[in-house]
Amino acid sequence: MTFYQTIAEGLFFAFILLVILGSILTIRTKILMHTVLGLAVAFLGTAGIYFYLGSMFLTLMQILIYVGAICIVLVFGIMVGYTPTEVADKTLKDWRNKFLAISSAVTAFLLLMACVLKTDWVPALGEMRDFSITHLGEEFLYTFCLAFELISIVLLVAIVGSIILARGGREDEYETIEHLRSAKGNYPNDDAQ
Amino acid sequence: MMMLSNNLNTYLILGVFLLIAGIYGLIQHKSFIGMLVSTELVLNGAGVNFMAFNRFLAPDPAVGQVITLFIMGIAAAEAAIVVSFILAVFRRYQSIDPNEVKELQG
Repeated sequence: MTFYQTIAEGLFFAFILLVILGSILTIRTKILMHTVLGLAVAFLGTAGIYFYLGSMFLTLMQILIYVGAICIVLVFGIMVGYTPTEVADKTLKDWRNKFLAISSAVTAFLLLMACVLKTDWVPALGEMRDFSITHLGEEFLYTFCLAFELISIVLLVAIVGSIILARGGREDEYETIEHLRSAKGNYPNDDAQ
Repeated sequence: MMMLSNNLNTYLILGVFLLIAGIYGLIQHKSFIGMLVSTELVLNGAGVNFMAFNRFLAPDPAVGQVITLFIMGIAAAEAAIVVSFILAVFRRYQSIDPNEVKELQG
């Protein structure tokens, strides 16, 4: 192993460490903003893993879409919907949740590790090693053309639907606010309560 | 010495780790946003698995990249939908704790 290979291997371990530490921060912390921070760290590590798997394009897309778009959306969700009065209470329900989480995670881990380690993975015959973006774009627009168009429609419908969902019920709220303002009241808590 | 970055099992075990971290967080988190974040971890693990098989086993190395890009698109759509759900639920209940949203529990 040459000097540069050692450096590359060390960087690989650094990326794996980023993924593991980010995931642990994501699932262990009680503060929601730290959860999203851990998610961003795990996504950055995964981007490095994609680089080692030979795809520069997916590395950039991972950083652009996951770290740049999804994490921002989640931060917006936290800023609008987060109630800081939530206190972590050690009740019985908490312990039951933790037990369920650990048992299901351990079961899935053992099953999947048995699958990974017991299977003899055989590479396909006639491999072509063309990782270029040109080949990727040809696959997108010839072989996977229908799926590509469907994904764009799904994204459009999801975004329009989320706008409609997030706007729903605002007229009532405006009426209540105006009503309470004219009655010199406070901000309305919720008419459901 | 065998290089770990050139071994399929390393990537598969990393994908398994991301999956079980997502499952653990999905059950253990006490807010909708935490559960959404854990779901993103699961999808990310699926992407790592696809890329690993694409690099080591697949005959055409573009297919796994295409499917991983599809997973990213689905994850983006899912995040947008779920965040707007969370906004609607928060407006209705003033809370994002899944234990307090019990109207459909039966």
